[in-house]
Parts: sequence; structure tokens; C-alpha cells
Amino acid sequence: MVDFLLILAGLVLAPLAGGLIAGVDRKITARLQSRYGPPILQPFYDVAKLFGKSPSIVNVWQVFCAYLYAAAAAISVVLIFVGADLLLIFFVQAVGAVFLVMGGLSAPSPYSQVGAHRELIQVLTYEPLIILVFIGIFLTTGSFKVTAIFEQSQPMLLQLPLLYLVLTYALTIKLRKSPFDFSTSHHGHQEIVKGVLTEYSGPHLALVEIAHWYETVLILGLCALFWHTSIIGMAILLALTYFAELLVDNVTARMTWRWMLGYVWGVGLAMCVVNLVWIYVG
Amino acid sequence: MNAITEFIKKSRLKSPWAMHFDCGSCNGCDIETLAVLTPVYDVERFGIINVGNPKHADVLLVTGTVNYRNQHVLRNLYEQMPDPKLVVAIGACGLSGGVFREAPNVVGGVDKIIPVDVYVPGCPPKPEAIIDGVVEGLAKLAELQQQAV
Repeated sequence: MVDFLLILAGLVLAPLAGGLIAGVDRKITARLQSRYGPPILQPFYDVAKLFGKSPSIVNVWQVFCAYLYAAAAAISVVLIFVGADLLLIFFVQAVGAVFLVMGGLSAPSPYSQVGAHRELIQVLTYEPLIILVFIGIFLTTGSFKVTAIFEQSQPMLLQLPLLYLVLTYALTIKLRKSPFDFSTSHHGHQEIVKGVLTEYSGPHLALVEIAHWYETVLILGLCALFWHTSIIGMAILLALTYFAELLVDNVTARMTWRWMLGYVWGVGLAMCVVNLVWIYVG
Repeated sequence: MNAITEFIKKSRLKSPWAMHFDCGSCNGCDIETLAVLTPVYDVERFGIINVGNPKHADVLLVTGTVNYRNQHVLRNLYEQMPDPKLVVAIGACGLSGGVFREAPNVVGGVDKIIPVDVYVPGCPPKPEAIIDGVVEGLAKLAELQQQAV
């Protein structure tokens, strides 16, 4: 019964939370740019409107990929809510990310193709880092299970501070925020061509958007695991992390993919190694 | 089910994504249109965002005279927009061809090629008038929805 409630919460509450976060995000971004900004519920209006539009489909592959991306994102969130294996969560979300790329590649439009290739490079950049974060969690808890983390008496952040920073890099890339927003911009109003999302339209674009909300909740959920001992600590950690993301988004410009790969792998892998050696020796 | 349809109808009026197409204008109307998107007027507070892609757009803002070369582009863009969609013609040139209407390569106003819902006159129109034009178009859309039920 508890499992059923958790699955329901993962399926229903996660996208609602993700949409609200996106709305707050747009509002705060607008305030930082001295604008008034859209209402908090604007992402829900956008998605509802997109569902109400008549579908214009490039090919069946694209539709298939949109559905699979959304399904994989939803399943990975449900898995983290029921306390499943971190490796399983990792593989399911990786499948979703790959299907988004395949949807972009299925259309012959050059914008869609370039966007898909760039998205693939982004996936390549953050996946090894997430796996190393999970290895760090394994070394501290002795298990890949989410439930094993909750048996710890003290927050993981004290032992894995550098790996937490690495996870926030992955969050920035996953949210497609500056300086890592080159496959498609997170903010619609900044972008001329939407990269990997160019050929998605109407209901399928709405599905991709909902999947994006799920993924936001997934990565924030992983961040929350680092302060599992108290709800307030968790909330403060997430609020601070997300606000830092917003600040970075607003004060940086888009960089090149070569810079991203070099910088994120260089700094990220160095921090991972230092933190892993520290746990291993200590 | 009814509540969902109602929410979608309400959302259509709250989230008009606009695409701006310069059909050979002198840049006057374009500058006023883009001014609407800046922090001074900040149309994002009404949910209007500027998209560069007809497949994501709900409102097509057209400036400038239509000529024999760009009429195909204009029609193509219009046809790629999924329904329901609005077309707003901006400026004297967009309405009738303006001072260029008798030039040999000019077809005329935007409505010679695609159906136009709202006309925003002016040379160039004020940013307030352009915002007004989009809001007027949304009112028209709401009316059409009422009749469809």
C-alpha cells in the first residue's frame, strides 16, 4: 500500500512539482532581469495549450521517441521514490536521454540534427560524472540502494561534498541552463532555433516538456539524498542549489561544446577522484 | 474531461507564442515589434514569448510588403503552424503594401496571401498598439471557441 502511494506520488506529484519549479524559475529569472515575469503557473498553461494544438508529425519515429522519453523519465522518478537501485535509475534515465536524441535525429532538418548531436555530447559529458557520484554513494553506504542511504545516521554531504558539486554540474547540464545550454535553450524567449526540439510540435512538444519536469525532479531528488536526515535540511539544500543554478544561468553566457567537455570532465573528474580517494583512505 | 478542455481553452489565451516574420519591411515595424519583447514592455508577463520556429508558434506577426519572392516563404511558414493559429499584420506595408503598393514586384498586403485576423495600422505602429493587436486577436480566438461549442 505504501509502495502504491509512493508510485502514485512519483507519477502525479513529481510533474506538478517540476512544473511549479519551472514557473518559479521563470519568475525569479525575470526579476533578476528587472522584468515582472509570467505567472507562476505559466508552464502549466503552456503545456495545456500545446496539448490542445493539432498534431503535425514529421514521422512515426519522432512520436515514438517522445513517448519513450516521457515514459523513461517518469519511470526513473518512480524508481527513486520507491527506493530502488541507483544503477537502475541511472540506466533508465540514460535510455530516456538517448531517445530524445534519436527523436531529434529522425527528422532531416539541419537544426534538429545539430541539436541532437549537441544533446548527445551533453549526455556524454554528464553520464560518467553521475556514475562516479553513485560510486561515491556506494563507498559510503555499502549499497547502491536508495533505501540504504536512509539507514545512514549522518548526512552524506559531510562525506561527499565534492561529489555533490559534481552532481550540481550534472543538474545544470540536464536543465540545459547557461553555460551548458547549447542543444536547446531552457528559456524559450532567448532562443531563435530550438535545436533538438525544433521538429517537435503540439502535443509531442508538451510530452517532452513534461519529461523535462520529471528529469528536474529526478536530479533534485538525487541532490536531496545528500541531506536525508531532516526534511528542513533537505528543503534548504535544494532551495540553495536551485537558486545557485539560477544565478549561474543568469550571469553566464553560452560556451562551446569543446569548452564544456574539457571543463566539466577536467574539474568534475578531478573533484570525483579527490573525494573518492578521501573516502577510500579515510 | 470537461474541466481539462476548459483548462486548455483558458491556456490558449494565456500562452500565445509569437513568431515574427519580416516580409521585406524597412525595419521600423520590426524594431517596434522587438521592443515589445524587451524588459520595458515585457510581454512575457502575459505568457507571450518570441519563438523562431513556426511549429511552436500560435501567433504570426508579419511586417512589411509581400512581394513575388517572399510570398512563398510567408505561405510556407503559415502552413507549418499547427492549428489554432492567429495572423497579425503590422504596419501600413503589411496592411496594404503601403507606399510600395504600386511597385512592379509587390503583391500587396499580407491578406493577399494568407488570411489575416488582426490589422495593426501605423508607420510604424507603437509597441502598445502591437500588444493591443495580439490581445484583440486572442479575443477573436475566444469568440470562435465560444461558437464552436
